[in-house]
Amino acid sequence: MLVHSRWARRAVQAVFFLLFLPVFALPFLVVLAASFATDWSGALPSGLTVTHYQDIAQGDSLTALTTSLVTALAASLIALAVGTWAALAAERLPRRVRRVVDALFMLPVAVPSVVVGLSLLVAFSEPPLLLNGTREIVVIAHTVLVTAFAHQSVTAALTRLDPAYEQSAASLGARPSYVLWRVKLPLLLPSLTAAAGLCFALSMGELSATMMLYPPDWLPLPVKIFGTTDRGALFAGAALAVVLMVATLAVLLGVSRIRTRASYR
Amino acid sequence: MLWVVPPLAVLALTFLYPLTLVVRQADGYGEVFRQASFRDALWNTVVIAVGATAGALLLGFVLALVIAFVPFPGAKSLSRFIDIFLAFPSFLITLALLFVYGSRGMANGLWTDVTGNGTGPFDFLHTPWGVLLAEVTYFTPLVMRPLLAAFSQVETAQMEAAASLGARAPRIVRQVILPEALPALAAGGSLVLVMCLNEFGIVLFTGAKGVTTLPTLIYGKAILDGDYTGACVVAVVNVLLSAALYGLYRLLVARVTKGGARRAGA
Repeated sequence: MLVHSRWARRAVQAVFFLLFLPVFALPFLVVLAASFATDWSGALPSGLTVTHYQDIAQGDSLTALTTSLVTALAASLIALAVGTWAALAAERLPRRVRRVVDALFMLPVAVPSVVVGLSLLVAFSEPPLLLNGTREIVVIAHTVLVTAFAHQSVTAALTRLDPAYEQSAASLGARPSYVLWRVKLPLLLPSLTAAAGLCFALSMGELSATMMLYPPDWLPLPVKIFGTTDRGALFAGAALAVVLMVATLAVLLGVSRIRTRASYR
Repeated sequence: MLWVVPPLAVLALTFLYPLTLVVRQADGYGEVFRQASFRDALWNTVVIAVGATAGALLLGFVLALVIAFVPFPGAKSLSRFIDIFLAFPSFLITLALLFVYGSRGMANGLWTDVTGNGTGPFDFLHTPWGVLLAEVTYFTPLVMRPLLAAFSQVETAQMEAAASLGARAPRIVRQVILPEALPALAAGGSLVLVMCLNEFGIVLFTGAKGVTTLPTLIYGKAILDGDYTGACVVAVVNVLLSAALYGLYRLLVARVTKGGARRAGA
């Protein structure tokens, strides 16, 4: 305990909330409030309405939501498979080689997402691999961007794993593939689902690389939000942002339920 | 040994090979470097990134300090909330700030309500200050996470000893807590610096014609002007800048973890 007198502690906590609430809580509250409003010229928004949500339910915003969900699902599943595979394979490599492999897989984090988009545009704009203007190139970009996070969390989980389990399984005659499927992956399941949730959330909100690549018929929700607010429809954009946040939160919550169920097993 | 080849091949085809193509296609550096728009963007990027990092470090340090050492009921769920915060895209912050400080927003609305004037005084969102505020808000949690981990390692006995010897809270923070937190501050700070250098969504949503950074310049050149070669030049500069700083970050993290292991072993 750093501050002993009760009065001083109260004062410190008051300062904390004075900093914390405007900075972290207010953004979500104002977006939520604005999504139900038509104007904000006073201290509080005015013109209470649900028309923005009705518009979403009818218009092509719903398509944008499904586009985002499908992209995020595909990207996070591929990223999870590639990242887990790489982490498992790298574990057996000599220390020095493993360092290089880990660094290579983490590299996309350091490279600006816009550059990842640009590089795909440059690489796949001509035959034999003509992907520019397809939906696949968006999924590829998202996968490249989130694989690093999948790889990182699986690698971290592997170092925490007790080697006694696989050793005893192997000493009882289990083949490596059996050990992998029946011992290692089940033990890794909590981290795998957590990684999947993170990848999904990041892909749902990805804007930078998507802005470089999206074809007209594959327009994810963040791009739609940008288009809406850019033409001045701020309140409709706020409603779309709420939809994005709720969809992301729902998936994260669902994934964390899988995690707790798995950990009881 | 061979098992690592398939994922590496995927990475090489979708990331490493395209990146080398960007480097190869970048041409006419001198011409791009002479453009005022490029120099403006470079200057903006660096200044905003450094400013946002400093702000995030300061704010993150104060907030983490309170959560760790002046705990209150619910402090734990707050750190949970911070994790969720990071799962949301950055441009939401800019969107929210539009409703707080924008011309149609809470702060200006409050002002006009109270004073009766037609317009409010807050008009900084479309300047570099708006980008700075959004980046500080969004990236502060990245500083708080390693700090909270570092703070949980601080021996309470040390603090008690310092306090019983007559040190007041500010001095304990300066002489006991801060030295322990320095590696975490360095690690979190350099990560935030890299993220700020690469930030695109916040700057794009700010919609400021006057605020161009390297990522938005790349987007403008490639998509709006169709100038891939120029975009590649800016991309190479941006990558070099962030990669250098990211290397620094990994180095610092390695030192932090090594230091932690040494302390645990001692």
